[in-house]
Amino acid sequence: MTQEERHEITLVVNGVARQARVPARRLLSDALRHDLGLTGTHVGCEHGVCGCCTVLLDGEPVRSCLTFAVTVDGRELTTVEGLAGPGGMSPVQRAFAECHGLQCGFCTPGFLCTVTAFLRDNPSPTDDDVIEGISGNLCRCTGYQNIVKAVHRAAELMAEESE
Amino acid sequence: MKPPPFTYHAPLDLGSALDALAGAGARGKVLAGGQSLIPLMNMRLASPSHVIDINRVPGLDTIEDERGGVRVGALARHSRVERSGPAPLRRALKLVAHPVIRNRGTVVGSLVHADPAAELPAVLAVLGGSVRLASLGGVRDVAAADFFVGPLESDLRAGELAVSAFFPGLPPRSGFAIHELARRHGDYALAGVCAVVTLGDDGRIAAARAACIGVAATPQLVELEGGTPAELARAVQERTDPEGDIHASAAYRRHLVGVLAERAFTDAAREAAQ
Amino acid sequence: MTTRLFGEKVQRLEDPRLLTGQGRYLDDLGHDAVAVAFVRSPHAHARIRDIDVSAALDAEGLISIYTWEDLPGRLAQPLPLLIPHPALTHGRTAYPLAKETVRHVGEPVVMVVAEDRYLAEDVCDLIRVDYELLKPVVGIEEAAQGAQLVHDDVPGNLGAHFVQEVPAADGRGAREAIEQAAHTLAFRLDIERSASMPLEGRGVYARWDGTDLRVYSSTQTSTSVRMAIAAKLDLPLPNVEVIAPDVGGGFGVKIVHPWPEEILVPWAAMTLGREVKWTEDRREHFVSSAHERGQVHFVRVGFDDDGRVEGLEVTILHDHGAYTPYGIIVPIITSTQLLGPYKLGSYRVEFSSIYTNTVQVTPYRGAGRPQGVFCMERTMDKIAQYLGADRTAVRERNFIQPADFPYDQGMVFQDGRPLIYDSGDYPEMLRMLKELIGWDSFERRPGVGIGIGCYVEGTGVGPYEGGHVQITSDGRVHVSTGLTSQGQGHETVFAQIAATELGVPIERVSVVTGDTRRFGYAVGTFASRAAVMSGNAIALACRKVREKALRIAADALEASADDLEITEGVVHVKGAPGAAVPLATVAVLANPLRYAFDEEAKRATQFAGTASPDLPPVAEGEEPGLEGRDYYSPVRSTFASGMHAAIVAVDPDTAEVEILRYAVVHDCGRLINPMIVEGQIHGGVAQGVGGALYERMVYDAHGQLLNASFMDFLMPYATEVPRVETAHLETPSPLNPLGIKGAGEAGVIPVSAVIAGAIEDAEGIAIDRMPISPSELFHLRG
Ligand SMILES: Cc1cc2nc3c(=O)[nH]c(=O)nc-3n(C[C@H](O)[C@H](O)[C@H](O)COP(=O)(O)OP(=O)(O)OC[C@H]3O[C@@H](n4cnc5c(N)ncnc54)[C@H](O)[C@@H]3O)c2cc1C
Ligand code: FES
Ligand code: FES
Repeated sequence: MTQEERHEITLVVNGVARQARVPARRLLSDALRHDLGLTGTHVGCEHGVCGCCTVLLDGEPVRSCLTFAVTVDGRELTTVEGLAGPGGMSPVQRAFAECHGLQCGFCTPGFLCTVTAFLRDNPSPTDDDVIEGISGNLCRCTGYQNIVKAVHRAAELMAEESE
Repeated sequence: MKPPPFTYHAPLDLGSALDALAGAGARGKVLAGGQSLIPLMNMRLASPSHVIDINRVPGLDTIEDERGGVRVGALARHSRVERSGPAPLRRALKLVAHPVIRNRGTVVGSLVHADPAAELPAVLAVLGGSVRLASLGGVRDVAAADFFVGPLESDLRAGELAVSAFFPGLPPRSGFAIHELARRHGDYALAGVCAVVTLGDDGRIAAARAACIGVAATPQLVELEGGTPAELARAVQERTDPEGDIHASAAYRRHLVGVLAERAFTDAAREAAQ
Repeated sequence: MTTRLFGEKVQRLEDPRLLTGQGRYLDDLGHDAVAVAFVRSPHAHARIRDIDVSAALDAEGLISIYTWEDLPGRLAQPLPLLIPHPALTHGRTAYPLAKETVRHVGEPVVMVVAEDRYLAEDVCDLIRVDYELLKPVVGIEEAAQGAQLVHDDVPGNLGAHFVQEVPAADGRGAREAIEQAAHTLAFRLDIERSASMPLEGRGVYARWDGTDLRVYSSTQTSTSVRMAIAAKLDLPLPNVEVIAPDVGGGFGVKIVHPWPEEILVPWAAMTLGREVKWTEDRREHFVSSAHERGQVHFVRVGFDDDGRVEGLEVTILHDHGAYTPYGIIVPIITSTQLLGPYKLGSYRVEFSSIYTNTVQVTPYRGAGRPQGVFCMERTMDKIAQYLGADRTAVRERNFIQPADFPYDQGMVFQDGRPLIYDSGDYPEMLRMLKELIGWDSFERRPGVGIGIGCYVEGTGVGPYEGGHVQITSDGRVHVSTGLTSQGQGHETVFAQIAATELGVPIERVSVVTGDTRRFGYAVGTFASRAAVMSGNAIALACRKVREKALRIAADALEASADDLEITEGVVHVKGAPGAAVPLATVAVLANPLRYAFDEEAKRATQFAGTASPDLPPVAEGEEPGLEGRDYYSPVRSTFASGMHAAIVAVDPDTAEVEILRYAVVHDCGRLINPMIVEGQIHGGVAQGVGGALYERMVYDAHGQLLNASFMDFLMPYATEVPRVETAHLETPSPLNPLGIKGAGEAGVIPVSAVIAGAIEDAEGIAIDRMPISPSELFHLRG
């Protein structure tokens, strides 16, 4: 029996440098969830379609199930656990609660990460922009209507709070 | 759905990347954006013994003007090319997957992956571009017509790295358009057509090229003399013979090629006239 | 100020946890557990000749490998047939691990336990199973011919055959009524296979401490999983606990139990003395959980000049896949709920439930209703078209009228009880829908069409649910019920009910569902029953607790209980807010103490002077503590209803269908939380749109599922789902104390019927088969 080689990696997750020893094939989603215990990032398909596993890599949303942890050694990641600020939930999180943008909550972390980056780049989006922005995330529960509403509401909250 | 084990190489320069590739030979795979390779590995449909991760190789993320066109480096991601690449690529990329996938996927990776339903190989084909391949043995440029060999098969040989792709610009009085039909927004297309037309002095279409997506093993290139968009579309349709699958019958695909080709030629002609 | 929470758009109590990554789903638990993976059959039908594990034995991280041969006692027996029915003469279920024969691609053959899932999959790849291939039976009509058999001892592949008939008032049978009607039509309607497809797959995690077994499962019914595990592993029931943690969607598939994995994983934990976990991956979910919807229907209808149905006969072929663990619930529901809001002259329905070498069929949200509604609504459209009448007018002429309730359809429903509708107002609902979508002002344009679909849904089926409510000495209210949650917001709606009943602020209420440590008796979450069943049980339990609280407070305040009320968690004399005692104190007084553990508790100890020295500290007939338990067990289901309409545009060149508008009028009795009900409708419609235009399970002739991935099983994204416009009608149910009806499945039920009607209207081509793709529509155009 040969032991698979392990790689020492450092991931800066939600502002904290975290070390892990992982085989090269460890998916970033598994590294976050199982090696670092950050189970907020979910896994729904492991082939890139559902978007549940979306996290921010240096601020950009990416599929953590289609990324090897070793590839992003040394990089900065934000997961759903890192979206809230010291003052509580972020505007995006609050808007999702207010607009009932989640039911079972399984897809939610992926949506929250995607929308956080989307609104940073498009602070006042149209309906079509929003739909395009979330078009890579599946939700089996909500029918998306309240998610779209929540994105607009989050944009409003962010605008109010930056005044 | 977990990938099988492999030996990992993370070269820090082009030379070591080519060394690693040479060492791995046919059992090695380049990892670029991973948006096609990793799903295949997660499903254990691909199990390379060596993975050569080029993400740390400097100098590959370029988008540079070169005489007559634009050269796109192996680490230029879809999302960046979509913002600052040449117009045909920008438009085609809007149809490739979803924004989040485009944040990782690379243009060159998509070409090497050579999915017959993918948009970018057709764009390269219709523009008459090429791919630059490097190995320890040297560098070669392969024209699109020779690069796409079969479904998920390119002319890339063991030990080679695709370092860039060259997308020629359009000749004067020419326009480009891409039309496709996908079941869901962002899906691979059931069928699609990339078209380039050049207008004659009389303002009519004097020459036209189309590359069809999803209708053959490789992007199917059709070169035509002048005609109206409807005539040209019919000619394209006559030359394609797509197959059916679970999403669309062969006859429907063939019908779509006609519809989409006409739309693409019309739009391309409109652009050329501007 | 009163605590009016029932009926309000209260924000969900579960959200803060789910929005910050603090939810606890199955795979978030058991960090140190070892992992399970399965070798599953790659063939649809084969005999296992040999299983060779030798190449796997020195693989890294291997802990154990099990085949059927290793299973002890009752674990080696077939899985239970959950819902027996006299018509299911040939019910068959699978073994937890295949014994000799595999009957669908994906059937588990070998269980591997290894240090992690990556290594477990490596081991699976090294195990060689030698199969002797048998001819697969695929396709419902081929299967019905019975040339090849799925089970050797089931002739004709026929699992069940069932006929129900409701004769005309004059005694004529439906066939006779149809023959004698002024007009008759006959046609065939098909619905293809789809699946629940929650974004979280199934999963099981088990811990064994030598005496007690604790199992976490991503299930819709933890109490029943517990009983199944105790029975299969031969453990005393009190030593088994099953907990449904946060569940990432169910939609029916997680009501089935015990899944093979739900008993194998606990058994492995006991055998190995280690924590063991199995997390289903997406590919496994496609080929080894359950599907639904595939049915063929042959319809004959006779009607008069006004379109009144005098007789309807429907013959159904139901494809139930390789096994029947959930019995014949789906075709029973189709055949009964097909009737919808209509009063038919006579009705005969017959179904044959057929085995095929495909994944088993069990309920998916809607559970047979989408097929039934498709039959009835297509029939109404065809009658209207034949007569040249307006489609809504024909429906209206056949409606059950408000004065007809309770209305007995003369059949036996899925709960074994008579199909008697409790309440509704269908004419009013149709009026509202026509107004909402603008039916009468709809302008005909080429390529644009309008469609409508009506349904009645039996919700809140028995047998029962229970609720337990406890007020602790800190004034907090702890509610528990046995059924489970998969995103329906039960924590919130049950808290709303408890807060309203008890007069406490909702922030003080916490709700636990699906944890057998807290509540052991329950049935489960399915058939839009949670709000009706547990909601009413919790209300009843609250009423008991309230009564007790008032009794104790009356003593303390020297007032009559009748003069007391509870507001904001304080019991006080009506009109005299000064004479008051907080529920926290009442809770202290309810539990006579020997030992004080804090300041409050002192009041209940023996020398506090609060109790009469001449009476027993716990009065006769009382129990210590401020808590209550009650159950709700209705005689029959309650019947919600709804009507949907859509306007679609069809591309003349590509045959793509775009839904321009989608309108829903819905009646689920009194609304507990309108925001949550709307959310259920939106989600249901989205699944309905998936079922109408995108989703299908495609099997080839070899029984291979060709689209077992999210790339090819096309669940709609935000870009494919229309905005849904909703309106509510509230006709309270007379059957339960809260007057509520279920809402969970409503949205999905009529969508295929509505979209088919709209496409037909736009194209002028009969649409008799759903889902429909642009490619298929192109071919229908000819
Ligand atoms: C959900 C989803 C939807 C998608 N939809 C579409 C779509 O609609 N249209 C579409 O075109 N694509 C689609 N894609 C694929 C996407 O565009 C990929 O990013 C692209 O095909 C491959 O690029 P990559 O950089 O990710 O390549 P990788 O996955 O890293 O590699 C793909 C293959 O190319 C090889 N390779 C990559 N780069 C090089 C190189 N420089 N030299 C040599 N070999 C190399 C790899 O070894 C591998 O065999 C989708 C992907 C996903 C996950
Ligand atoms: S789990 Fe990564 S996209 Fe589905
Ligand atoms: S809330 Fe359940 S999948 Fe989106």
